[in-house]
Amino acid sequence: MKGYNFAYLDEQTKRMIRRALLKAVAIPGHQVPFGSREMPLPYGWGTGGIQVTASVLGADDVLKVIDQGADDTTNAVSIRRFFARTAGVRTTTVTGDATLIQTRHRIPEARLREDQIIVYQVPQPEPLYRLEASRAETRRMHALADYGVMHVKLYEDIARLGQVAISYDYPVMVNGRYLTAPSPIPAFDNPKLHMMPALQLFGAGREKRIYAIPPYTQVRSLDFEDHPFRAGRAPHACTLCGADDSYLDEVVVDNRGGRIFVCSDTDYCARRRADGHVGAQGLPKAAE
Amino acid sequence: MTTDSTLLSARGLSLFFSEIPALVDVDIDLWPGEMLAVVGESGSGKTTLLNVLSGRMMPDAGTVWYRDPSDRLHDVQAMPAPDLRRLHRSEWGFVHQDPRANLRMGVTAGGNVGERLMASGARHYGQIRAAALGWLQQVEIDADRIDDLPRTFSGGMLQRLQIARTLVTNPRLVFMDEPTGGLDVSVQARLLDLIRSLVSRFRIAAVLVTHDIAVARLLAHRIAVMQRGRVVETGLTDQVLDDPQHPYTQLLVSSVLQA
Repeated sequence: MKGYNFAYLDEQTKRMIRRALLKAVAIPGHQVPFGSREMPLPYGWGTGGIQVTASVLGADDVLKVIDQGADDTTNAVSIRRFFARTAGVRTTTVTGDATLIQTRHRIPEARLREDQIIVYQVPQPEPLYRLEASRAETRRMHALADYGVMHVKLYEDIARLGQVAISYDYPVMVNGRYLTAPSPIPAFDNPKLHMMPALQLFGAGREKRIYAIPPYTQVRSLDFEDHPFRAGRAPHACTLCGADDSYLDEVVVDNRGGRIFVCSDTDYCARRRADGHVGAQGLPKAAE
Repeated sequence: MTTDSTLLSARGLSLFFSEIPALVDVDIDLWPGEMLAVVGESGSGKTTLLNVLSGRMMPDAGTVWYRDPSDRLHDVQAMPAPDLRRLHRSEWGFVHQDPRANLRMGVTAGGNVGERLMASGARHYGQIRAAALGWLQQVEIDADRIDDLPRTFSGGMLQRLQIARTLVTNPRLVFMDEPTGGLDVSVQARLLDLIRSLVSRFRIAAVLVTHDIAVARLLAHRIAVMQRGRVVETGLTDQVLDDPQHPYTQLLVSSVLQA
């Protein structure tokens, strides 16, 4: 595309971001400040993720972008098209074909591989921000690994509600050292962070922070010995493909309270249906 | 006991706020299980002394030595920040005049008491809760208040909750800054009684800052009288209060209203 550098950002900015990424990979889970740029989309729509993607994207990469697991939502479509135009890279919706996946709110159901990179869009990189208002203090707490207050939050949930009531952005300890926000992925996806073969990069544009989880890193969801972490999902099977192991979206289908549960990962659901799996209301493939 | 076994000892502490002397050449010794009261009028440097002793403030001159349970001496001011913080959440405790400064007001009583346990690595919900329950009973707070927020507590209860929160890790040394300040007389008496029994039962050493001579007489084994940053007189509490030698101590003792 004329008038733009490859992948929109200028090379100096990309170098700055790559330096931050190198540092982030070297210190798993540690938040590295970076000079976040103004991007042609609003804060909260993935300005951090899009800058990380722009910095690591190469001409022969194949890009997949998902929002809430879906390839066909506004945010995913716009970001995918943005890089198709500004970098001319190939794009895909097939998880297995992608070399670079930018995501908001989900990790694909298919197991990622060593030759893939997943970039998370992060609204709030600081896992302690609801518990401690001062950023100077949270930085000191990270430096001293002083994370008792995070367990106080879990204790409070159990005391009041009988269980930990964090359904997304469930805090994790990365490599036994840094308390880290996994971005607003459902707690269901937390186990996938642990020992993932793919490189995981996290970008928070408004908060100007980058962090990373290198391949095959220990990631533990916080819990108590007598209240172990549990990854919850809706107790249903996908209405379209019948999957009972995937994360489900609840979809209201009429004005009479009718609702169905479908896989939030659209690629996973489509591939299962192509393989002949049919759910309770799944249509035969020909009729779609 | 010999001087070898002091828990905390300070030598030659001095600190100036520009021209104002907050501490001038102060020596302090504290033995295990002993309670030392630091008395003096407002602005005499009591709270500054407490902050310096606990490593929260750096003096211009002088050193503070702390002896850990394995008999090693640590220079409190030269201690690395992670070690000092570990000390503050396990072997040491700090009781503030205003419990709101120490408590988390949006967290239940049980969570407040359990925090120090969780910060030092406790990861068993049932045990943390049992410990919190036990300590609430120690400080005479009803067990069924464990899931209530501190903002529903009275001033005296808040102070007792702060004490439970501080003592839950079985500290050896507690710093107290006017723990009974701002409470009415009957509540104060009950609290003093509680502190005295807990401190003797668990053999806790304490440095207690107070402007109230009566509090010092009731709780402390020894007393240090401060005036304009200097310790002007020190000795056994009864001895100093019954037979004050320094003119300032005499003034202080004679100014107490007899009820």
